[in-house]
Amino acid sequence: MTSVQERRPALPEPPGSDRPAGLGLVGWARWTWRQLTSMRTALLLLMLLAVLAVPGSLFPQRNIDQVAVAQYFQDNPDSAPWLDRLSLFDVYSSPWFSAVYLLLFISLVGCVLPRTKVHVANLRQAPPRTPARLSRLPEHRTVEVDAAPGDVLRVAQDVLRSRRYRTADFGDDRHGPSMAGQRGELRESGNLLFHLALVGVLIAVGIGGLYGYRAQVIVQQGQAYTNQVTAYDSWDPGAYVDGSALPPFSFALNALRVAFDEDSSGNQFGAPRSFEADVTVTDAPGQAPRQEKIRVNEPLRAGGASVYLAGNGYAPVITVRNGAGEVVFDQGTPFLVQDANYTSTGVVKVSDPAGDLGLQGLLLPTASEDSSGPPVSTFPDLRNPEVLFFAYTGDLGLDDGVPQNVYELDTSRMQRVTDVDGQPLRFSMKPGDTYDLPNGLGSVTLDRIDRFAGFTVRHDPARAMALTFSLLAIVGLTASLFVPRRRVWVRAAPATGDAAQGRTLLEVGALARSEDHGLAGEADAVLSAVLARLPARDTDQTPSDKPPRQEEP
Amino acid sequence: MSVDETLASASNSLVYSAMAVYTLALGASAMDLAGLGERATARNRRKQQGRQALQAASRQPAVVGAGAAGPVVRTSATQEPVPLAEDGAPRKAAGIATSLTVLALLLHLGGVVTRGLSAHRAPWGNMYEFSVTGTSVVVLVYLLVLTRRDVRWLSTFVLAPVLLSLGLAVAVLYTDSAPLVPALQSYWLIIHVSVAFVSSALFVLAFSTTVLQLVQERREAQRAAGATPGAGRFMEALPSAADLEKLSYRLIAISFPLWAFTLVAGAIWAEVAWGRYWNWDPKEVWTFIIWVVYAAYLHARATGGWNGRRAAYLSMAGFACLMINYGVVNTVFPGNHSYAGIG
Ligand code: HEM
Repeated sequence: MTSVQERRPALPEPPGSDRPAGLGLVGWARWTWRQLTSMRTALLLLMLLAVLAVPGSLFPQRNIDQVAVAQYFQDNPDSAPWLDRLSLFDVYSSPWFSAVYLLLFISLVGCVLPRTKVHVANLRQAPPRTPARLSRLPEHRTVEVDAAPGDVLRVAQDVLRSRRYRTADFGDDRHGPSMAGQRGELRESGNLLFHLALVGVLIAVGIGGLYGYRAQVIVQQGQAYTNQVTAYDSWDPGAYVDGSALPPFSFALNALRVAFDEDSSGNQFGAPRSFEADVTVTDAPGQAPRQEKIRVNEPLRAGGASVYLAGNGYAPVITVRNGAGEVVFDQGTPFLVQDANYTSTGVVKVSDPAGDLGLQGLLLPTASEDSSGPPVSTFPDLRNPEVLFFAYTGDLGLDDGVPQNVYELDTSRMQRVTDVDGQPLRFSMKPGDTYDLPNGLGSVTLDRIDRFAGFTVRHDPARAMALTFSLLAIVGLTASLFVPRRRVWVRAAPATGDAAQGRTLLEVGALARSEDHGLAGEADAVLSAVLARLPARDTDQTPSDKPPRQEEP
Repeated sequence: MSVDETLASASNSLVYSAMAVYTLALGASAMDLAGLGERATARNRRKQQGRQALQAASRQPAVVGAGAAGPVVRTSATQEPVPLAEDGAPRKAAGIATSLTVLALLLHLGGVVTRGLSAHRAPWGNMYEFSVTGTSVVVLVYLLVLTRRDVRWLSTFVLAPVLLSLGLAVAVLYTDSAPLVPALQSYWLIIHVSVAFVSSALFVLAFSTTVLQLVQERREAQRAAGATPGAGRFMEALPSAADLEKLSYRLIAISFPLWAFTLVAGAIWAEVAWGRYWNWDPKEVWTFIIWVVYAAYLHARATGGWNGRRAAYLSMAGFACLMINYGVVNTVFPGNHSYAGIG
């Protein structure tokens, strides 16, 4: 567009729109609507959206990391509740953030729908009449040619059409026969497509939130799980998800292969290099199982859902015998990974009518040989595995009916087991070791250390819709930024002058209706295309087409 | 697969050599600017003299045609002055600067490629590699723009930030070549990040032209108020504020859809990697913020009263967000994107 004024929205605001027109509710409503759908409001809302998105990256967010939020509460007991009241731990679902983007989209629809109507009407309209003085236009060319005006215009029409102009022939007027061409409506179509596609993306995100679900499950090597709400460790459904009707696929984790960097030095030593889970998938009960691999970045697609390898760690397999020598506990217990070298913590809860036993464990996959400092792991793989335990006796509180965190021990009704010196008992084990607890409490055997995988299961019915609208938005955006909107007029008037017999004064004028650096080139191109197609009547008079001769009429 | 140490150290040598040659190129382009400044001042002086001669002529008609001053007066009074930087006069220093820049870029790209080959992967797995590869794209995009129009006056404002980033990369961010962590082992890394590089490079160039535009605008305002602008003679030789604004806009207009693509490609990758195409992870948040700020810039430009200077502030805000996204978010904020790998 040539001027700032031309770049305004197609719907000009009526005069006096800076204050409510007329009286009463309707006037106010109309005024508010006009304000909301104005370009300036859109701009302010966009800036506001950018600013309000920032705090969500500064404070831990519940949707990403609940643990970090809890930690923040612990570290800042005074300020955290206040920040929470302002939704600063749920920024992207907060009332204020939602209000801004909803207003923005209302504004968008209010702006784009009327524009669409105008645009559709424009598409059917003929290009405007030829201005009296083409020399006033930003680009103007004239050349005298040896052809009849009618022939010149016919050629000009072909040229304009082949350059994708919609043309209109205005016949002869006071200034001579002329025609007009207009092109680039695609620019506005693209702009409208872009904005409407953004609405589509928003709707797709909404549908995904309402009808999708996300779940997490920890599966130890050799174990299986079924796609059922009860099988999951965490279950996060959309509002309209029927948890009892999930697709009934299941899979077993046969093996989990991991590889860590053993070659590099510095901070890359021990960095993960490959995680790979071998699974056997059954899409529905009774169907033939299939063998699949799940890697990071390569999820398994089953039953309309996707299964992601989200994490892994170690599950020590422990056997506990009570004082009478009976096995009271015999299973693997996933431990939570704490650092890059897979130092992991976990608890073992053994309930026994004779008295519960609780073990707090610290697993070191590669225990440091240096025993002077605190126990640390120096490599994430199982090179020198060791598990340190503290033991508690008393009441685990498992019978209270209150769901417990499986990674924490409630020690409020338990006592620490002490050694002969009265110090808290601490014992360290390697796979295969058995430790006899003091005071006839029984024994603990560390049978082996298995791996577990953490899987995320996600179903989003509107995924493809979101992608489609995003791509449409980009296509529309590209058109709206790069398709030039142009008008070109061609006038072919009989030349005047001494030697002008049968000759024609060809005038080309061009006007850009968008940011356009190629207008001059376009005027030249149209002119030279017309000249090139004109039948040469007189060889020595054939005008050269590049650069076209320029003269003022 | 392990790392090829020979290639890795070759990469380091190439990057150092590139920096040395960039430094020479920067010197040459600074000399070019200084030379342009001299010529601009001379031209202004001539114009000044011409104006005085014209005034004298109107008082004393006999002087017209008496000397060489006559035609000079007429041409310079009737013609729009072409910015010296685009008038086609030979500029030896600028030519040298461009040749050196091409040479440096070849070394630089050699450094990037050997780095990638040394670890058998795309050379953008940590902050050091982001910086080295990203700066090479900035220079490449600058040279590509140069093939279409003479923007050699911009080279100082491209080479200086490039050298600064490279210096920071080798001094602070350096990490030994290593394979990728599983989270980054995806062809989406190549698609998503390479488009982000090109788009960021365009934003960087647009930032340079925006700053120049604002400086130029100030000088033009001072001049219009009758004052003589102070330091920065070379600015006289550069295009007008309006032309700089147009150039900034074009760079941003090209970059904006690419950034949108970066955003979408990142979302696709997030879906593949984490099972959620949009999770408001800090890196996603800032990529989104950058996009929204540049969208605001484009809206501002289309809104009456927001043209020029105020839109320029938005483009600068967009650049600031880009830098935060690149420099701060990777290292400071908690999130899934913590692959900075700074030792
Ligand atoms: C989700 C928020 C929005 C985004 C991301 C957005 C983005 C954009 C972008 C990138 C452009 C540039 C295209 C061009 O220059 O041709 C644009 C143009 C435009 N937008 Fe929006 N927009 C949004 C909301 C709105 C709203 C709410 C309105 C109306 C009040 C609006 C009205 C316009 C108009 C009229 C143009 C065309 C400007 C021109 O004629 O050059 N947009 N928008």
